[in-house]
Amino acid sequence: MDPAFTILPFSGYVYPNETVMAWSLLIAIYPYLTGLVAGAFTISSLYQVFHMQRFRPVAHLALLTSLCCMVVVPLPLMLHLGHPERALNAMITPHTTSAFAIFGYAAGFYVILLILENWFVFRPHIVRQAQQKKGPLGWFYRILSLGSYDLSENAMRYDRKWIFALAVIGIPAAHGLHGYVGFVFGSLKSREWWSSDLMPAVFLFSAIISGTALVMVIYVVTCKLRRVAIDLPCLKGMAYTLWGFLMFALLLEGVEFASLVYRGREGIDMIMEYVKGPLIVPFAVLQFGIGSAIPLVVLTFMIWRGTTGKALLVGSAASALLVLLAVLMMRWNVVIGGQEIAKTGKGLLSYHPEISGREGLLAAAGVLAAPFVLLVIMTRLFPPWGQEAKPA
Amino acid sequence: MMKRPEISQAKDKGRVARREFLRTLGAAATCAGAAVAAKIVVSEASAAAEPPAPRPAIPNYDWTRHRWAYGVDATKCIGCLRCVEACKLENDVALDAHHFRTWVERYVYLEGEDKPRVDSQNDPVNIEASGSEREYRFANRYKDAKVEKAFFVPKLCNHCTHPACVQVCPTGATYKTLDGAVLIDHDYCIGCQYCVQACPYGARFFNERKHVTEKCTWCYHRITKGLLPACVEVCPVGARIFGDLDDKQSAISKFVRNNRVFVLRPESGNAPNVFYVGIDKDVL
Repeated sequence: MDPAFTILPFSGYVYPNETVMAWSLLIAIYPYLTGLVAGAFTISSLYQVFHMQRFRPVAHLALLTSLCCMVVVPLPLMLHLGHPERALNAMITPHTTSAFAIFGYAAGFYVILLILENWFVFRPHIVRQAQQKKGPLGWFYRILSLGSYDLSENAMRYDRKWIFALAVIGIPAAHGLHGYVGFVFGSLKSREWWSSDLMPAVFLFSAIISGTALVMVIYVVTCKLRRVAIDLPCLKGMAYTLWGFLMFALLLEGVEFASLVYRGREGIDMIMEYVKGPLIVPFAVLQFGIGSAIPLVVLTFMIWRGTTGKALLVGSAASALLVLLAVLMMRWNVVIGGQEIAKTGKGLLSYHPEISGREGLLAAAGVLAAPFVLLVIMTRLFPPWGQEAKPA
Repeated sequence: MMKRPEISQAKDKGRVARREFLRTLGAAATCAGAAVAAKIVVSEASAAAEPPAPRPAIPNYDWTRHRWAYGVDATKCIGCLRCVEACKLENDVALDAHHFRTWVERYVYLEGEDKPRVDSQNDPVNIEASGSEREYRFANRYKDAKVEKAFFVPKLCNHCTHPACVQVCPTGATYKTLDGAVLIDHDYCIGCQYCVQACPYGARFFNERKHVTEKCTWCYHRITKGLLPACVEVCPVGARIFGDLDDKQSAISKFVRNNRVFVLRPESGNAPNVFYVGIDKDVL
């Protein structure tokens, strides 16, 4: 008996082999996760590199969030691969013309960088715990301290140098990694919906807003859970950052879409039919309307009125949540949308992810939940709460 | 008067500078040329010095002596789909309506309509007509309509000279052979399906049994034994032509030489090696 696969219903004419989805929901989750990594790292870097003191309360939290998301990034890919056990082939014998072959190296480099930066940032805590804790947890911290218990001013100065250097290298690394994810799609000439020079920039800016929004939400939630006061200038700073990058992200997406329509190459009729039909809800309503326009209006209003207090808290958190939704929808609209428009330019397919299965909704939900589960564990082991942070 | 020598000196200086520049440029060009030549020589030498290891272990077959190509004479195709069935059986392709190494498209222009109606054997109406996803027929769905023009177009992997699928493969599992075929190493493919996305022709699909990507190989196991691809072999009207472009008397050489041939989606830059005669502007 042949193995099961999901068949896509279609209208118009599509190539016979297109009726099975090549890249599922998980491939939409993958750039979402890398985006969160890059965005959270941006917030961390605003403090570590540019010494913006107002981001001090979230700097370490953002860095830890970035790491937790990054280690999960390979998971959706591995779940998608036909032969995950052969995944390392791409690193052992990388095919240099492949945009994807370098991913293993780029991601590997960035994970090491993130681990190193986190280690330096949390070293004082590790050392203190190594000296105080007993039992397996004590061993854990002692191993992690790598035998160095030196917390003298000299040693700390040395650590701060490393943190700064790693954060500086991390900016192009994090953003390059995500820009490159955009290139994976934008460089394909087989699909008009993807084939765009602006795709890396579109992915990058949407990444920054998603990561910023995530740090805002996590910060508010953790403050509430820990019953500590929220640092409003910090939240306001993130809200401003979100607003600024949201403007760029929307502008770039607008320009990209306008170019696509204006160029009006072969297949544009089908694209317009798709945009005006099946894409209305995920694209126009969820991504642009609810996910982008509302936060933009709310944030603009708050900036204009100098809103503070509870209104700022609610407005910022709600905007951040909506932006997280918008970027998730953007990933869906690019990855799934691109495949729902047939390569023939004469037909449309319709994809509904299955509930269970290796690439189903439950698996995707699990992948999305994994960084947060990891973050809960990591914050227990390495508390990132602002008090311990010192200016770099 | 006094200035003339200065001018001439300046001119001379300019000349000297130009000469110097040109010399440098020439030297640079020579160096670059030498480097390129050296690279070519080295690569040729290394190619010549290469052990027979990279050559396929096929008896009496030398892949440096062939340049395979494929022709489709759409004016001859009758849409019988024997090619599709032969391909499925020959290559153990899943017997359903969603996995095809080759397929046939039908273009029908009805009176009063400016766009053709396109379908293929996998269309639900055609599957209903055949009664099974394992058998392929074109339903006589236009019998009551006024047809102005209609024709069939067989499709398959174009075994491009610049294959986008090979370019994007992260492991090199899919590759271009020296004799022109684009193949996939099923023992090395990781099943990421990036190549499926990159192919503008929809020629690739995922094999759910082997968890790897699959596509037409021009029946590489047959052509390297001197046989024709299965689809060419069974075509009752000679609409499918296959052969060696290095052999001037081969069927494909004559086909390409004696006809004005077209390729699909030339703007993709892929440079296909499946040549068409008798297709229309609306062919996808």
